[in-house]
Amino acid sequence: MDLSAINPVLLIASLMVAATPLLLAAVGELVVEKSGVLNLGVEGMMITGAIAGFATAVESGSPLLGFVVAAIAGAALSTLFAILTQFAQANQVASGLSLTLFGLGLSALMGQSYVGIKPPQMQDIHIPVLSDLPVVGPILFGHDIILYFGIALTAAIWAVLKYSRVGLILRAVGENHDAAHALGYKVVRIRILAILFGGACAGMGGAYISLIRVPQWTEGMTAGIGWIALALVVFASWKPWRVLLGAYLFGGVTVVQLNLQAAGVAIPVEYLAMSPYLITIVVLVILSADKSSAPAALGRNFHASR
Amino acid sequence: MTVPLLSLQGLTKAYPGVVANDQVSFDIGEGEVHALLGENGAGKSTLVKMIYGLVKPDSGQMLLRGAPFAPAEPRAARADGIAMVFQHFSLFDALNVAENIALGMENPPAMRDLASRIREVSETYGLPLDPYRTVGDLSAGERQRVEIIRCLLQDPKLLIMDEPTSVLTPQEVEILFETLQKLRSEGTSILYISHKLEEIRKLCDHATILRLGKNVGECTPAETSARDMAEMMVGTALKTPTRSDRIMGNVALDISGLSVPSPSAFGTSLKNIHLSLRKGEILGIGGVAGNGQDELLAVLSGETLSAPDAVKLHGQPIGRLGPVARRRLGLLSAPEERLGHAAAPDMSLTENAMLTAAVRENLVNRGFLNWPAAKAFAKRVISTFDVRTPGPENAARSLSGGNLQKFVIGREVLQRPEVLVVNQPTWGVDASAAAAIRQSLLDLAAGGTALLCISQDLDELMEISDSFAALNEGRLSTPRAASGLTVDEIGLMMGGAHGMEVAHV
Repeated sequence: MDLSAINPVLLIASLMVAATPLLLAAVGELVVEKSGVLNLGVEGMMITGAIAGFATAVESGSPLLGFVVAAIAGAALSTLFAILTQFAQANQVASGLSLTLFGLGLSALMGQSYVGIKPPQMQDIHIPVLSDLPVVGPILFGHDIILYFGIALTAAIWAVLKYSRVGLILRAVGENHDAAHALGYKVVRIRILAILFGGACAGMGGAYISLIRVPQWTEGMTAGIGWIALALVVFASWKPWRVLLGAYLFGGVTVVQLNLQAAGVAIPVEYLAMSPYLITIVVLVILSADKSSAPAALGRNFHASR
Repeated sequence: MTVPLLSLQGLTKAYPGVVANDQVSFDIGEGEVHALLGENGAGKSTLVKMIYGLVKPDSGQMLLRGAPFAPAEPRAARADGIAMVFQHFSLFDALNVAENIALGMENPPAMRDLASRIREVSETYGLPLDPYRTVGDLSAGERQRVEIIRCLLQDPKLLIMDEPTSVLTPQEVEILFETLQKLRSEGTSILYISHKLEEIRKLCDHATILRLGKNVGECTPAETSARDMAEMMVGTALKTPTRSDRIMGNVALDISGLSVPSPSAFGTSLKNIHLSLRKGEILGIGGVAGNGQDELLAVLSGETLSAPDAVKLHGQPIGRLGPVARRRLGLLSAPEERLGHAAAPDMSLTENAMLTAAVRENLVNRGFLNWPAAKAFAKRVISTFDVRTPGPENAARSLSGGNLQKFVIGREVLQRPEVLVVNQPTWGVDASAAAAIRQSLLDLAAGGTALLCISQDLDELMEISDSFAALNEGRLSTPRAASGLTVDEIGLMMGGAHGMEVAHV
């Protein structure tokens, strides 16, 4: 066993990378749930984004274009969910589950000819002086642009929900859709936009796994991150900064346990592998012991006739 | 001849299977308080939704100060000076007062400016309100203030109020009326929807009466008796329930020192409740909604358990018994919410009869259900209580509110209860069905059953109960004999104005 082989600076830098897919998917789902919709299809939208982004990046040579297409693909898949739940009044839980299954199958089909290919690499940013600083440089100033985008998105969502009129209307729709309708807000339209936004975020999160985190394509490579994102939103009490905290915690434990495995710690690998899930959930359950505030209309379908 | 503020001409709106409004016409003058009267289902709500732009009329037109007025959505109606206070408050519990008000405005100012304007307007109209409180924590009267202030901030020309007093204590109603009169003196017209006739006689200049979607008459409320207006609403002469003399027997139900914490975040805890109920007695429990009514019913029905000795039936402690065991002993209950609590909406009437009557009517034999017997029982309820439905195989949801309520109450009454607890037995029920339900409760008590009737309808409680108590924030006032109680005394038992400052108008 050789713990000295673990470099704390690299560890922190890589936990941020490990956390980003989860963060992107979870803040997207947070917006969806704030509007009162429960979309259990996050995993399916992520894996669809993962292969769409991967294929685009390989064919075009541009990873950034890959992320754009991944977002479009995620949003496109979520359109299906939006049509089912907002127009056909289908049950949200069943629609979300089938979206996940559909996404897993679709991505496997699309990805058949991409197995074993290496995608073009996303360049890390480099700011002269700042990025060359010891410790601080690699942690804060040496990542790819999408990682910063994820953090900025979290901040933006927090600010919009808290301070803007758009955020207030979104929360109102998720809180009491009948009252929002009576005041003249377009409940269905607002919810569809939120669902599309969540789909785009999940798609980008998936592409982050296949283009940066791993980077290669294998079937089912999101490996449950979408489900963790769903749990994270609940345990983070629908608060963006807590989602960030939970995502980094999950990323951190994942990276640490991988390092421990590599260092040959005498704990069975299975325990190490399950530790990120366990620890993240335990910590967030403790955090959410204060008044947890689910949007009151979460998961309830809206029909204007009543 | 002055041009009326709003003129409705031949408004018609049909929904599949029902004409909600049929050629309704009337005028609302400037600075007039106009009452819209009618029973549930008479089409009052549909009519105001058309004025507010939530529903489009099939035919007919509206004129606002002589100009055609056809709002495509509430936003357009608000822009033209129409504001509305909803019957079921259109508020968001998890948001604060200022946020709720901002949601109802077109171009709200920044939050801080809005908060100071809310303070200003609320002081002017004698409705003090803290802009930063969460709406979920407010009392019903305060919530209504939020809605009213939301309307006042837009300087409305016409204020629509849909059943505004159904959730208020008499003192709170006084405050509201003073505010409305101040508004009228400033030239605002008010369209006031209610079925409480005494209020309308006191407040309104003019009344239009709707029955089954049609305008069936107009009157000047101050010059028309409440009974005449009621008969115009119902269309037939009203039968008032008659009470026969009853002999009070031994104590059937005894509650002492009952305290139960609230089961949910926005619920009410019951605090140290004492009451005793004798055979043949009807105890009416009044109070504004949300002061512990649902919780009290749950404790009595057995849905919520309490200390064993806190609830006694014929001297036997039953605090820890569940609903089935209590039913077996003769303590039956009918909760307020018809669809979802008192009845399972998508199950047939036979199945719903089976659900509560299985024990007392012997509809179960060693775990097997006796469907023919359940069906016979359901049929008996339907015929005895004149429930209008094609038959017991129809789903509970398909019945109108009044008919389902007759079924729900009848189902308990026919099980020969020894103690019956009912919550809001005639809520949302038309006047003739309400009279039938009240009569059946009186008959039941005459047969020696002890009855506990929880209701927000004070007239109903005064009509049927022998003694009266009120729930206020989970506490029950000492029961008093019902005859001779004045409205003021009742109001004080209900908690007065709930610490709200009286209007300084």
